[in-house]
Amino acid sequence: MSDLALPVLVAESLTKTFVSGTQRSEALKAVSFAIRPGAVTGLIGPDGAGKTTLMRLAAGLLVPDAGSVQALGLDSTRDSLAVQAALGYMPQRFGLYEDLSAQENLDLYADLQGVPKAVRSERYAELMHMTGLAPFVDRLAGRLSGGMKQKLGLACTLVRPPRLLLLDEPTVGVDPVSRRELWAIVDRLVGEEGMSVLLSTAYLDEAERCSEVIVLHQGRILDQGPPGAMSARMAGRTWSITAAGRGKRDLQMRLARTHGVVDALVQGERIRLVSEGTQIPDALGTLLAGEGATITPVPPRFEDYVIDLLREPGAGAQDPIPVGAAAAANSAVDPSRLTALPQDPDVARDADGHESPAVIHVRELVRRFGDFQAVAGVSFEVRRGEIFGLLGANGAGKSTTFRILCGLLPASAGHVEVAGHDLRHAAASARARIGYMAQKFSQYGNLSVGQNLVFFAKAYGLDGEKRAERLAWAEAEFDLARYREQLAGELPLGYKQRLAMACALMHEPEILFLDEPTSGVDPLARREFWQRINALAVAGVTVLVTTHFMEEAEYCDRLLIMAAGRILTMGEPAAIKAGARSPGHPDPSMEEAFIRQVEEAA
Amino acid sequence: MWTRILALIVKEFLALLKDPRSRSVLVVPPLIQLIVFGYAASFELKEIPFAVYNQDRGAISRDFEATFVGAPAFRRVATITDDSQIAPLIDSRQAMLVVRIGQRFSADLLSGDSAPVQLIVDGRNSNTAMIATNYVNSIVNRFNEDWIEARGQPEMPARLEVRAWFNPNLDSHWYFIPGIIGMLALVTTIMVTAMTVAREREQGTFDQLLVTPLRPGEILLGKALPGFLIGMVQGTVILLITVLWFEVPLRGSLTALYAGLALFLLSGVGVGLLISSLAVTQQQGLLGAFMFMVPAITLSGFATPIANMPEFVQAVTLIDPLRYFLIILRKVFLEGAGFDVLTAQLWPMALIGTCSLALASWLFRHRMY
Amino acid sequence: MKRLRDWLRRPRVMRVSALVRKEFLQIVRDPSSIAIAFLMPLFLLLLFGYGVSLDADHVPVAFVAEQPGADTEDFRSSLAGSHYFALKTLPTMPEAEQALRRGKVNAIVRLRANFGEELRRSDGAPIQLIVNGVDANTARLNQGYVEGAWGNWLMRRAASLGVDMKVPVQLEQRIWFNSELKSRNFLVPGLVAIIMTLIGALLTALVMAREWERGTLEALLVTPVSMSEILLGKIVAYFTLGTGGMLLTVALAVWLFEVPLRGSFWLLWTCASLFLLAALGMGLTISTVSRSQFVAGQIAIIGTFLPAFLLSGFIFDIDSMPAPIQAVTHLVVARYFVSIVQTLFLAGDVWAVVLPNALALVLMAVIFLGITWRKSKKRLE
Repeated sequence: MSDLALPVLVAESLTKTFVSGTQRSEALKAVSFAIRPGAVTGLIGPDGAGKTTLMRLAAGLLVPDAGSVQALGLDSTRDSLAVQAALGYMPQRFGLYEDLSAQENLDLYADLQGVPKAVRSERYAELMHMTGLAPFVDRLAGRLSGGMKQKLGLACTLVRPPRLLLLDEPTVGVDPVSRRELWAIVDRLVGEEGMSVLLSTAYLDEAERCSEVIVLHQGRILDQGPPGAMSARMAGRTWSITAAGRGKRDLQMRLARTHGVVDALVQGERIRLVSEGTQIPDALGTLLAGEGATITPVPPRFEDYVIDLLREPGAGAQDPIPVGAAAAANSAVDPSRLTALPQDPDVARDADGHESPAVIHVRELVRRFGDFQAVAGVSFEVRRGEIFGLLGANGAGKSTTFRILCGLLPASAGHVEVAGHDLRHAAASARARIGYMAQKFSQYGNLSVGQNLVFFAKAYGLDGEKRAERLAWAEAEFDLARYREQLAGELPLGYKQRLAMACALMHEPEILFLDEPTSGVDPLARREFWQRINALAVAGVTVLVTTHFMEEAEYCDRLLIMAAGRILTMGEPAAIKAGARSPGHPDPSMEEAFIRQVEEAA
Repeated sequence: MWTRILALIVKEFLALLKDPRSRSVLVVPPLIQLIVFGYAASFELKEIPFAVYNQDRGAISRDFEATFVGAPAFRRVATITDDSQIAPLIDSRQAMLVVRIGQRFSADLLSGDSAPVQLIVDGRNSNTAMIATNYVNSIVNRFNEDWIEARGQPEMPARLEVRAWFNPNLDSHWYFIPGIIGMLALVTTIMVTAMTVAREREQGTFDQLLVTPLRPGEILLGKALPGFLIGMVQGTVILLITVLWFEVPLRGSLTALYAGLALFLLSGVGVGLLISSLAVTQQQGLLGAFMFMVPAITLSGFATPIANMPEFVQAVTLIDPLRYFLIILRKVFLEGAGFDVLTAQLWPMALIGTCSLALASWLFRHRMY
Repeated sequence: MKRLRDWLRRPRVMRVSALVRKEFLQIVRDPSSIAIAFLMPLFLLLLFGYGVSLDADHVPVAFVAEQPGADTEDFRSSLAGSHYFALKTLPTMPEAEQALRRGKVNAIVRLRANFGEELRRSDGAPIQLIVNGVDANTARLNQGYVEGAWGNWLMRRAASLGVDMKVPVQLEQRIWFNSELKSRNFLVPGLVAIIMTLIGALLTALVMAREWERGTLEALLVTPVSMSEILLGKIVAYFTLGTGGMLLTVALAVWLFEVPLRGSFWLLWTCASLFLLAALGMGLTISTVSRSQFVAGQIAIIGTFLPAFLLSGFIFDIDSMPAPIQAVTHLVVARYFVSIVQTLFLAGDVWAVVLPNALALVLMAVIFLGITWRKSKKRLE
């Protein structure tokens, strides 16, 4: 075998356990694999699967409890300095110094990596060309948008071209446009510079861009191989369903509960369904009888395979709980209203068939930071019971808009009204009508789960029986009872997200604000989360959500896409996709539609 | 409303006390510091190292020498026989004083003349030097009185009768230990409050608080009360130690003392929260705490009397809450003061506390990135 | 020249200098560290230099003559002649006592009704001096000054009566190093030590914890940089900053406050450098051990300023403390430097003082930096 064909990274029964206090968590359980050179290998798995631990072990930043890992033929543990000198590693929270400019960050890493001064200008030019950061070299890293930060981080890792590049979730929190650009860079590195890349991600659609993937779940490797081969195993089990007479959300909820269905997702106007076998489940026939339903087979995707893998008994998936049943117990969701629901809730209507009144009004909203206009005159309305998606590239102004709506930031000009109030000046009681779930975990990490729940219940002014009832509801609905005594900061990510949601829903808000609620969450938990959101919307709760997952954008009733502080387009997902239709792309995905919109604007 | 505030207070306490490291930081150091500083802070000199250069062989000079050796405040480290030995002793700080008795000491005295005695003092620490000279002066004065009496010389026409009120033995521990109470209370309240808001901002939990129906005033109360209560409990423990262990007399009204403590904690918590809500990062919170604490302590009159400062600096001390509390502590402990004397000290602290708290609560909502 | 250029191109040198540059940029861009390094020293020095003083002046003293006459007036004028007192003549004792209680006066001098008669009797007239003993130090100084005025009055009176009154033992004081006993001369050099403790320990207390919390350390660790290089980068940067603060304070002390610098500047520089190393070591130790900015901050608040203020000999004399407390002061880095600075400024290059204290500083620096180095492995655990 030639030297080139030797694996660049080899792990043998790699085991790592973390102990904090009395808590032991096994991050990796006897993991073995080998990674081919000259290709992109994807490390796929939800947060907490052990991806970061694996990367750190490979980079010699952690010492394994058992087993070994070799990078480029060197033992990562014993020769850690040599390994670190040879490979490139970009941690998840890349350590850019935010108070240094982009150029200063680059210079720092060039010096640290010992890049000779003579070759620097050439290398910098290459990197700038690759990342498109040239106009921003003098800007402080802290002032760059999320996507630019990631690209700068990558550029810093690449100042001295490594033979093996480890990228830990480079695309998390990054908008689709920047994500595509990051991938273009990675592909170029592999294609032109012959680099080997190990890239971890929680986005399953990204796996399809890798030549090989390792599926990691709860510290174990579930599978390894080319993603195409994995998806191919699902051939004949994936379908697309439309039912003219029914609301997509209602249909999806029913389908998901049907026996023989592995997965059912809203995708635009259709439902995408994965069945257990290659036959359409019998139960489906009865369910859809007389609904004017059409069922067409569609090609399988990698995500279908992973869902199927995780749903298999013994895969150790986090115990899915029957969301629908629990949602009925949520008193916000009145079961009688649920059944009396109109057949087509795609456009939110009240029981009499009139369009629901708008609960969020935004007119000519402007927000300036110094000379910079983050939001430049935005107007829109959100109706009651609607799931409204706020999309945009990093730095497009959607987070600012979102924070203004929640009352966390004052508007420079314009009119904002949420549930009849401007939350910034409204009486505190007005805030009791909204729920808020932040992008990053922001419950009190050093308080236990129970203490957090009680605190938020009291903060929302619940007392007596009502409080006891809602606390019991929260523990049951989100399966938090068994974690009651555990510190919130030590929860697995999925449960952190559940806790955050429980706290946000504690007081049965009318309007729910969700800021990138599912980044890093595993696909099962994401589905569970969206089922809940759907149930809430069906019950009349208005949901405003920001996201970078274009899949999730499809779950929304209406979308607002922002760029450079202005509204690019607004409308139903199907309409937005239709707008992006072209002869070359007869059926564009939401992501393609988004990218097209943003690029056309630019 | 009270449910909400109570919930906040419970949360703050849990956050402060749950972590064993931060719990021990709150409890142990103040006690250790009280004990250590309590013994350390004193202007009394003990065992002042001195050397004698007696050039006279007479018996009287030896008596004179003996008065020093017998005094508890002095410790003889050397006996000098030559001029050249003086400088090295003083320079190296082996001796703080050198008493040089001239050759004609006994003869002068016996002949009724003044006998000069030279005192060489290390002036590097001018305060210690001054205190030490005072000690020597009083020893010499006593020797002179005894000498006059023994020789039957005419008595002085007037004598000085000195009495010290409130602190008859002029024990400076009595002055400093109540001061340490104030200093430690300040350090604790600032420590508990100055980084809390910045930490919640960095961790994102502050946003979560702001979207709940809690009013800024309620959040403020929730943040302020734990620091206040911890300060109260700690203050009580320290008071007990002061009275029972250091035996500093507590003569005045306990209610007046507690009113002072409460208002002082209010102002301390207020300034701490103000710093905290101004700070964007924890680092700025910490540095802000120091920017306040260091001048607040140095200008409080803890170690150096405010009366000795120039006018404009005295004006600056008017915004230092510790200044008022120190006066209260010392007046209540030693002078037995009650409310009547202390109103002038109480209201400025209330004013500082209210203003800083109001400003902090305004900043909660208005300082955003 | 060529050698230097080659040396600068060596990877290790390049890495460390890059880290130093990074630290500097961070310092420059965070206004709060600049404030601590330069504004705080300026502010404190001005306060101490102009504001804080142990030298009293115009102490309010009540003078009560129960039966005013020529004799009482004679005594009063001897007190009034001293700039040290601001005399307030009050008619009755209750009024004077009231004034003392209210803090309007610090002492009362009382001459009884029969002062004049008793003066002429053999056993002497009592002059009552009541001092407010709360501030024992000030009380004692007040007493000393009244005693001085009394002595002068006696001599003058004897001379005017033609009596040859001689004090048996006449004390001649020679105050070395600070003949006018200006407290500024000892407070300002001591302040150099306090300020440098703050710059050294406080600024560095958060820097390592911050790199941990912000995740920047992980990115540094996967470069060929070694942990000692990272530490070295921080030490060099903050050492330079501290030296800047030191030069500023020394310059202010010498030129603005006219404190004499009798020792050699270079010796002061060397000792200050040793002290800075020890203080930086302390800050880095706090930072490395706690790893969280919150806890590091709390430790820094408790562990740096107050001990340096109270236990370093800056204000309170260490030799007069009880033995166990004296033992504790050996742990306070500032103690050694206060001793050195006071000597170098006021006395000169006294090796007997400088050498042992400098050795202690070396030891402290080695211990603290050693702990930091041992505790920071190039791993994330």
